[in-house]
Amino acid sequence: MNFDIKPTMDARQAAETVFREESGKIIASLIRLSGSFDKAEDASQEAFASALLSWPKTGIPANPAAWMMTTAHRKLIDQVRREHTARDKEDLVRYEIEAFAPSSKPEIESETMHFPDERLRLIFTCCHPALNQEGQVALTLRTLGGLSTPEIAKAFLLPEPTLAQRLARAKRKIQEAHISYEVPPPERLPERLASVQAVIYLIFNEGYVAASGNQLIRTDLCAEAIRLARVLRDLMSDEAENLGLLALMLLHDSRRAARVRDGKLVTLEDQDRSLWNQSQIAEGISLVEKALMLGPVGPYQLQAAIAALHGEARTAEETDWKQIKELYERLLDVNPSPVVALNHAVAVAMCDGFADGLKNMDALGASGELDRYYLYHAARADLLRRLKRSAEAAEAYHKALAIVTNQIEREFLQDRLQQVERPVRQN
Amino acid sequence: MRYMFLIYSVESADATPEALQAVAQRHRQVMDEAAAHGVMEAAEPLKPTITATTLRMKEGDAMLVDGPFAETKEQLAGYYILRCKDLDEAIDWAKKIPTGCKGGEGCVEIRPLHDELRH
Repeated sequence: MNFDIKPTMDARQAAETVFREESGKIIASLIRLSGSFDKAEDASQEAFASALLSWPKTGIPANPAAWMMTTAHRKLIDQVRREHTARDKEDLVRYEIEAFAPSSKPEIESETMHFPDERLRLIFTCCHPALNQEGQVALTLRTLGGLSTPEIAKAFLLPEPTLAQRLARAKRKIQEAHISYEVPPPERLPERLASVQAVIYLIFNEGYVAASGNQLIRTDLCAEAIRLARVLRDLMSDEAENLGLLALMLLHDSRRAARVRDGKLVTLEDQDRSLWNQSQIAEGISLVEKALMLGPVGPYQLQAAIAALHGEARTAEETDWKQIKELYERLLDVNPSPVVALNHAVAVAMCDGFADGLKNMDALGASGELDRYYLYHAARADLLRRLKRSAEAAEAYHKALAIVTNQIEREFLQDRLQQVERPVRQN
Repeated sequence: MRYMFLIYSVESADATPEALQAVAQRHRQVMDEAAAHGVMEAAEPLKPTITATTLRMKEGDAMLVDGPFAETKEQLAGYYILRCKDLDEAIDWAKKIPTGCKGGEGCVEIRPLHDELRH
């Protein structure tokens, strides 16, 4: 007797893996043909269901990706034919699909049809600046990332209906306001590409520093953002900022395992650097170098270069703060935001002395713009702590604690607060 | 596809005739450009909200209110209807439309029209 069910499991797993990898391409291609996000999603889901059903019986096809793509196209054609029989009406969709469809059903196994990669159109459409950012993020993850609505809802700690609504709203706007399914022309490209990069980075950050809740890092979102950045880099590899963005995320992600110890946040300075992912660091560094050679330099490359300098340092003391400080100065030139200025002040403190850094920070705080930004108070508290001005440090920690939302970050600040309050109590 | 561009701007009583003239001139330029591109459908300025009357239906009765539908800082001041290929093209036109009496402040809301309902 043989109860070996492994082939079935393997086939199912293969179907899942292939679908996950290919669904972005498949959906992009089907939207191009049908002009409809919903039709494309339905057809690709049907193809996935077919694979789950037939692969365990017939075995994994020789070219599983091509099988999935071809089957999805066939499902779309069937879907549109069904609709047309019902309505018996001509339209563009039918014309395009019939022109495209093979006249006879060839063996899928020997399929060598080539489908152009339409993912660039898809990513620009999903991240169109006329869509709100929540919609951009949800739609990008749903279509390009191939994540299901429940998966996205879970990642963002939101109820499923909320996510479903966001997706529906975004798709409706694309359809009804006529957001074109195309790569923007050169004159619109800088603005539009920036919007795509912002969405990917937002997904990463949502995973890297969960804004709320008690889990600091949500690795699924980080991995997905890195995957999307790779796609963008592959599709537009001569855009230096695409390389910079991928490098930046890889370098941040390389420190993931060292950022939390026993459920507690560990600062860069105190991290166990042997836990850093060296292959991600190496890839990040080589990407930054390539990007900077390619030019023009932009904010992602500069931030990645800073992260690369941290990644290169074998100990905290080895950190090249002088170069980091200079890079923050360049970053301030292109992105003069108070948050960048805050980071610059930290670099000044580490490079020229805590007192200088604090002076810098206090000047920044004078405008009141950073009052609601907990990292400002946390960074100030840290410098005061290092300067042994415990009472002032405690006051700053209290301010940071009043507005921090992430539980792990809160605990970190509470620990630090206790450390600075202890000597005061002893007096 | 046709888009309507709703111009919202701050009504300023102290705008000089020269300033108003200058804005009107800039609108004329946009209208001429739209006409030259063959995309012009309509464009009209509205009289100020002091002339507005709002009718609200309540349980079958018509209630009249002297004034615009909502008292807001920015008020509907005029509109364009242009034929555009897609939203991006509409956004490009919107950027050209002068938005206020002083030619700067204000906003333009872009709304697609129901082309399929057109007779």
